[in-house]
Amino acid sequence: MNLLFNSKIVGFFLVFLFFFFTKTFSQNDKIISPPSNVVAKDVLWDDGKALKLSWDLSSDDKDAERMHTHIDGYQILRATKNDSVLKPIAFVDDNVDEYKDTGLIDTIEYIYAVRAKKKDFFSNLSFSNYAKPEVNWFRADRVNMFVLLIVFCMSVIFYIQSAKKGKPLFIRKIGGLEAVEEAVGRATEMGKPVLFIPGIQEIDEIQTIAGLSILGKVAKITATYDTPLIVPILYPMALAAGQEIVRESYLDAGKPENYKKDMVKYVAGEQFAYVAAVGGIMLREKPAANIFMGAFYAESLLLAETGQSTGAIQIAGTANPHQLPFFIASCDYTLMGEELYAASAYLSKEPLLLGSLKAQDLMKIILVIFIILGAISITLGWGEKFFYKLFLER
Amino acid sequence: MRRQFPAFIAFLAGFVMVFAFFVPKKGIVDFSQRLLTWVIIVGGFTLLLGIVNITRANLDAIKNKEKGWGYKVILLFFLFVMAVSAIIWGTQENTPYDYLFHNIQKPMMSTMFSILAFFIASAAYRAFRARTKEATLLLITSVVVMMGRTPLGLFIWKKLPPLTDWIMAYPNMAVQRGILIGAALGAAAMSLRILLGIERTYMGKG
Repeated sequence: MNLLFNSKIVGFFLVFLFFFFTKTFSQNDKIISPPSNVVAKDVLWDDGKALKLSWDLSSDDKDAERMHTHIDGYQILRATKNDSVLKPIAFVDDNVDEYKDTGLIDTIEYIYAVRAKKKDFFSNLSFSNYAKPEVNWFRADRVNMFVLLIVFCMSVIFYIQSAKKGKPLFIRKIGGLEAVEEAVGRATEMGKPVLFIPGIQEIDEIQTIAGLSILGKVAKITATYDTPLIVPILYPMALAAGQEIVRESYLDAGKPENYKKDMVKYVAGEQFAYVAAVGGIMLREKPAANIFMGAFYAESLLLAETGQSTGAIQIAGTANPHQLPFFIASCDYTLMGEELYAASAYLSKEPLLLGSLKAQDLMKIILVIFIILGAISITLGWGEKFFYKLFLER
Repeated sequence: MRRQFPAFIAFLAGFVMVFAFFVPKKGIVDFSQRLLTWVIIVGGFTLLLGIVNITRANLDAIKNKEKGWGYKVILLFFLFVMAVSAIIWGTQENTPYDYLFHNIQKPMMSTMFSILAFFIASAAYRAFRARTKEATLLLITSVVVMMGRTPLGLFIWKKLPPLTDWIMAYPNMAVQRGILIGAALGAAAMSLRILLGIERTYMGKG
C-alpha cells in the first residue's frame, strides 16, 4: 500500500516537473524572440572611434497595432576579434533598432550580439558581422563649426579689405579703455606706479594673450610719461612674453633706457601665494592705478578689494562671467567678455584690427538670428530636429 | 624678418591645431598632440627662468635693504628649502616636502582664501547701496536670491526658493550666456587675428 502510494506520488511529481519545465522553456522560446539582421557598420566621416549597430526588431517587440510590447528592451554585448569574450555594454529601450558605440580603437575589429530582454529572461543572441572603425578625412559632426569658421574668416577678410580701402568703421566707445590713459596720467601726476596684472593663466590661454596685448599699450603710455610700471606674473612663460612686450613698448616709445627687466617679475607659482605677493605690492607701493586684464578666478575679489582699499583707480577686464560681478563691485571700470578681446584693436585704432571687430558683430547677428529661429522652432515644434542636430549633436 | 618669423610660426602652429580639429587623420592629430607636448617642455624651461627672476629680484631687494626685505629673506629661504627637499627626498607622503606643504603652505593658502569672506561683505555693501534705479534693482534681486537660498526664506514665504531658481535659471542665465557668446566670438576673432598675423601686439609689436 505504502509502496503504491509512494509510486503514485513520485509519478505525479514527475508529470508535474515535465509540464513545469516544458511550459517554462516553451514560454522563453515563444515569448521572447530575438532581434534579427544585426549589422555593425563604421560611422562615416568621423575620427574612427565609433561603430553603428542596427537590427530588425524582435517580433515580440510590438504587436500589429503597436498597442502593447512584450519586451523591456535590448541588451547589447561586444567582443573584440582577439579576446572573443562578450561583455554587456549597453541596454536600449524597446522599439529602438540602432545603437552608436563610441570610444573604440580604430585598429581593433569588433563583433556585437544583441538580445531582447523581458524581466529576467533573455532571447537568444543575434550576432553581427565583424566591423572596424575607420578614421576619415573629415569630421562630419563638426561641419557646423567648420561652416561658421569659413563664414567668420570670409567676413574678417571682407571687413579688413573695406578698412584698407578707407571705409570708416564705427566702433562704440568703451569707457574702461578710454580710462586707461587717464589712469596712467593720474599715476604720473601722483608720482606713483601703475600696477598691471595680466590674469593668472599661462600664455596658452587666449585671455592672457589679450591681457598682454593691452600691457603693450599701457607700457607705451607709461614709457611716454616716465611712470613706473609693475607687472607681477604667476606663470614663467607669461613672464618671458611680458618682459619682451614691455621692452618693445619702451623701445617704440623711444625710452629704452627707462626699461628695467624687473618691471615684469615672477612673484609666485601658486594662486593664493600670488594674491599675497600682489596684495603686498599694493599695500607697500600704493600704485595709483591698478589694471587687471586677463583670466581671473577666486583671487579677483581679493585683489580688487585690496586695490580699492588703497584708493587706486581700478580698471578690470575678464571673459570669466563668474568673476565679473566682483570686478564691477570693486573697480571703477570693467571690460566684459568681448570688450577684453577688442581692447588691443580699440587702443591701436588700426583699421586692420578694427575690421575684425566688425566681422565679430556680423557673426553675432547671425547667431542671434539662429537663436531666435531655434527658440521659435522648438516652441512651435517645427523643424526642431534640425536645430538639435545643428547645435546639440557632437 | 624679426617680425615676420614669429608671426609665421604662430600661423603654422595655429593652423595645424585648427586643421587637426576637423581632420582626424592619425599623422595630423599626432603632430598636433606633439605641439602641445612642446608647449609643456618649453613651460618647464621657462620655470627655470622664473626661478632665476624671483631670486635675482629678491636678492637685489635684500642687498638694497628695501622696505620689507626681511620677508624676502624668508621667501628665498623657503623657495630653496622646498626645492631641495623635493629633489632629495621626493614629494611622497611623510617626506619633508610633504610636511612643509601640509603644515605651512596649505594653511597659508587657506588663510588667504578665507579672507575672501570679509571682502565679499565689503564689496556687497558697496554694490548694493541703492543709489540708482539699477543698484536698487540689484539690491532687491540679491536679497530675494539670498533669502531664497536659506531655510529662513522658505519660512517667510514658501515661493521664495522657486522664485530664486527662476531668477538664476532665466534672467541670470540669459545674461551669462550673452556674455559667453560675445566672449567666445571675441576669442575666435582674436585667435584669427593672431593666425593671420594681423594682431602682433602680444609680441610687443604694433
